[in-house]
Amino acid sequence: MDAVETALPTQQLEQIKGVKKAPLEEYFTSGHRTCQGCESALVMKLMVKAAGPRTIVLGSTGCMYVANTTYYSTSWVVPWMHTQLGSSGSAGLGTAAALRVLMRKGKIKEEPINVIAFCGDGGGADMGLSAISAALTHPQYNFLILLYDNESYANTDIQLSGLTPYGAHTTFSPPGKMKRLLHTRWKKNVAGMLAAGHPECRYVATVCASYAVDFMNRVRKALSIGGPTFIHSLDPCPKGWDYDPMLSHELGELAVETGVWPLYEVENGVLKLYGRTKAIAEKRARRKPVREYLIRQGRFAHFTDDDIDYFQAKVDEMWEKWLIPGVIPFRKELEQDRPPV
Amino acid sequence: MEQAQKEKEALISGSEAIAVACKLADVDVITAYPIRPYDTVMQYVAKLVANGELDCEFIVAESEHSQFEIVKHASAAGARVFCGSSGVGWMYAFEALTVTPALRIPLVAMVGNRALDDPGAFGVEHNDALAVRDLGWLLVWVDTAQEALDTALIAYRVAEDRRVFLPCAIACDGAFLTHSQALVKIPPQEWVKAFLPPYNRGDLLLHPDNPITVAPQVNEDWLMELRKHNDEAMKRAKTVVIPEAYREFERIFNRSYGNPFFEEYQTDDADVVLVGMGTLSMPVKVAIRQMRREGKKVGFVRLRWFRPFPAEELAEVLGRYRAVGVIDRDYSFGAPHVSGVVATEVRAALYPHPSRPPVLGFICGLGGREVTVPDVRRMSDLLFEAAAGRAVPLTTWVGIRE
Ligand SMILES: Cc1ncc(C[n+]2csc(CCOP(=O)(O)OP(=O)(O)O)c2C)c(N)n1
Ligand code: SF4
Repeated sequence: MDAVETALPTQQLEQIKGVKKAPLEEYFTSGHRTCQGCESALVMKLMVKAAGPRTIVLGSTGCMYVANTTYYSTSWVVPWMHTQLGSSGSAGLGTAAALRVLMRKGKIKEEPINVIAFCGDGGGADMGLSAISAALTHPQYNFLILLYDNESYANTDIQLSGLTPYGAHTTFSPPGKMKRLLHTRWKKNVAGMLAAGHPECRYVATVCASYAVDFMNRVRKALSIGGPTFIHSLDPCPKGWDYDPMLSHELGELAVETGVWPLYEVENGVLKLYGRTKAIAEKRARRKPVREYLIRQGRFAHFTDDDIDYFQAKVDEMWEKWLIPGVIPFRKELEQDRPPV
Repeated sequence: MEQAQKEKEALISGSEAIAVACKLADVDVITAYPIRPYDTVMQYVAKLVANGELDCEFIVAESEHSQFEIVKHASAAGARVFCGSSGVGWMYAFEALTVTPALRIPLVAMVGNRALDDPGAFGVEHNDALAVRDLGWLLVWVDTAQEALDTALIAYRVAEDRRVFLPCAIACDGAFLTHSQALVKIPPQEWVKAFLPPYNRGDLLLHPDNPITVAPQVNEDWLMELRKHNDEAMKRAKTVVIPEAYREFERIFNRSYGNPFFEEYQTDDADVVLVGMGTLSMPVKVAIRQMRREGKKVGFVRLRWFRPFPAEELAEVLGRYRAVGVIDRDYSFGAPHVSGVVATEVRAALYPHPSRPPVLGFICGLGGREVTVPDVRRMSDLLFEAAAGRAVPLTTWVGIRE
């Protein structure tokens, strides 16, 4: 055996140039029971459309398991397997390890097979974080972990997670007479944390399915580049966010346009903002007030003007004071105090 | 079996014997996470991998939960897998341990039996492994390093048999077996090849050529049927596959375990018998030899397979004696007759039998405390009392500071 472990080749998936060039084939089809307007279901559809038929998908417990894989009416055309709530990292790692060793030993035909393990925000940012982090340190295995973030433990009836936004009404943080806001923690910066902490991980990106072609291209990059990769997708959830399902697409766009959800990718250690986020950073577009995003959602209906101002101030801080908006939370002043020599 | 090659002999520990079995079985994916005493097996595996003697993916996980989930998925994708744990580590993996049989994953795992913390205790106790007794795991206790190696090979054959497809835990008493060396016969690779067919997941394989959905939501619609399937797999393991595997093992390796499910020692003419699992057999056998010289007819039955539990076979044997004493290296708080787990099972096994001898429970050797020859004599004395019809407590803690 080689002292230096080499990875299997990956599928080289071309970037999709425009929506008309997107593949017509669907690998996530009928049979699912997600809510009307569920953006996470769209994420599943686009994710596997981008990946193609030679793909194995693993899904941790949550809406995208429970609503999508009813016995005898699975919506998956590609092989699919459930994994435990905290195990998307382990599922991706174990499957990729099996493919690698079976191909090396000649027990199955050698070919690049995409492995994608997805998790919700609860499974991914809370209990599954340690396994995802560990998985991203194994450069010899090819797999993508996709975190679909609907900002709550949606499947168990909308409880707050480590990624629920400040102040939001969930079943574990209902506004009350004594306490108007029961949830006063700020959302974790998962993609930034994983990108910074895992030097062997060659691709980390944030995405939003409202920008479908961008979304699919990020998935394709992640699968083509090799090694373990991570994508964090922000998914409007009509049930949990409490809005008319026809607004899903618009809310995704608003999350990006207000700067609440910056779009970026870290490819081989190089960070790039992209899409509308890039335009805002380069001052080609204006950041919309977060109010426009918040007032459309019932989960913030109890917000006062002060709450909205606070929310805005935190988002402003991220844009104006961070080293990179939404990504690197260290204050810019540090850089100015001690300029690099 | 006529073979050109011969067995080699080596002085190795129980843990090393299982590592050697992994090599002989050509295991594909192995995961590790430290906890005494189980981690010793992984130290040996790591050396085999480092020296190029075993070609596998050797993944050091960040927790037991991940360790077991990684191999679960690797097995679903067609890899032969191995991992394990001890004590609280085994419990930390419990969610993964629960779903593994439900998904019909033939993982072979080692449990280096260890007391459950707190307060910190590293010594042997059987509660960790026994915790999976109701989950659909095959569960077998071994006594010697040789038995550990042989049983690991048998475990792969049974677990990976399409008629079974259940995970198998090999329970090894911490320290007494995991860390003690003995001369072990190591069979040549060809014999193992002849004994153990390649792992074939068939139409359950997770691969783009076979686009199935594994573990979809069933809810109340199908769960009972799936549980019944597992139950039938367990029954097939007991009635067909385990006996078949031992017969084949004997034919190819020329080493017989007699009855696969339990070993009998001096039972032929015994008046009373003790029942126990694991490395207990050493002090028990020594004490029996002493007592036999004094004319006391005591026998011993060492249980190997706890799941499937050999109820009928055991009842057939134990029903012959005037009293039965079960030594539990575990405890089940508040159990019937405040007993250990094994005593409760043995009583249940004997219930339908026409002759039902008194079954005494002995709680002994918890947390690695030594089970001494005087302890065994004390238990035997109580058994003779019961056999003579005198009232004795149904459960006694033996070797405890009073
Ligand atoms: C270990 C464990 N704890 C709790 C649950 C119950 N549970 C099932 S789905 C779920 C919510 C998962 O939330 P998230 O990961 O955010 O996915 P979503 O439901 O939002 O899609 C929970 C808590 C579980 N399945 N497993
Ligand atoms: S609750 Fe939200 S995430 Fe779950 S199916 Fe409905 S819209 Fe989708």
